Amino acid sequence: MTTQTQTASRAGILPVMFAVVLGLGIISVTGHVQAAALHDAAHDVRHATGFPCH
Amino acid sequence: MTQPMTCVTQPASPATKPMFGRILTSALFAGAIAGLIAALLQLAFVQPVLLHAELYESGELVHFGGDAISAHPELPGMFSDLFRDALSVIFTMLIYTGYALMMIALMSVAEGSGHKIDGRTGVLWGLAGFIAVHLAPGFSLAPEVPGVAAADVAARQVWWFATVAAAGVAMWLIAFGGNLVSYVIAAALLLAPHLIGAPEPDVFTGPVPTEIGALFAARAFGVGLAAWVLLGAFAGYFWQHESQRAEVPA
Repeated sequence: MTTQTQTASRAGILPVMFAVVLGLGIISVTGHVQAAALHDAAHDVRHATGFPCH
Repeated sequence: MTQPMTCVTQPASPATKPMFGRILTSALFAGAIAGLIAALLQLAFVQPVLLHAELYESGELVHFGGDAISAHPELPGMFSDLFRDALSVIFTMLIYTGYALMMIALMSVAEGSGHKIDGRTGVLWGLAGFIAVHLAPGFSLAPEVPGVAAADVAARQVWWFATVAAAGVAMWLIAFGGNLVSYVIAAALLLAPHLIGAPEPDVFTGPVPTEIGALFAARAFGVGLAAWVLLGAFAGYFWQHESQRAEVPA
């Protein structure tokens, strides 16, 4: 039982990590990257979501 | 000599292959719905305050300029600047999808160690998420109305990410630690960023009336709380839904 659980969680760790990294990437690009075009497009959302904006 | 062909290539581990697909599907649904609702709430309740503040940021209105200024100027209505508002909707949906990806990934880990994940428990996940990424950093770096004085943006971003990470770990320890030591560590992680202090501006230069700034922060927190509770509930619901579908033999 324990072995099974460990195997399952070890097999599941890669997709979990990939999902976390992908999510973090989306948050960084939409919310934090300071490139002018991105900043202007996301400006209102960054303020409303409480991100440091400019 | 020819051996009967046996299946030498192991089928991909049943846990690996569908796992990412399940996380992605649930996150897209939860993030899109919660993000859309969040965007509409923001446009209805936060955006008018932001547009009002921008009149002071641009100098069109001047606070303490001699004459009393009406607190109710003519503001453009919802969707009057369609392109700007559409961008806001898209970016809000993207941001909440990003959060959903991370939250559902963590939900799958919690479920793997025997914790129930569904729409009901998802509400608690949403509350914890709101505290970690909205309330914890906002406690010292309050949601900024346009035009406020603030420290260097890079310094604030470093502090923001560090505070969110610390608060996220703290939420996990409170939820799953189960002993006094983990609660003490969680409290320390929640307190430390604020005791150290967030980057602050050297001088105050904000032209926006304090009433608008306070209303903006309150509205941003309120909409954030609603969005996160919905995100957690949808994430839990869709994750459970996807898991049940995966268990049904094809």
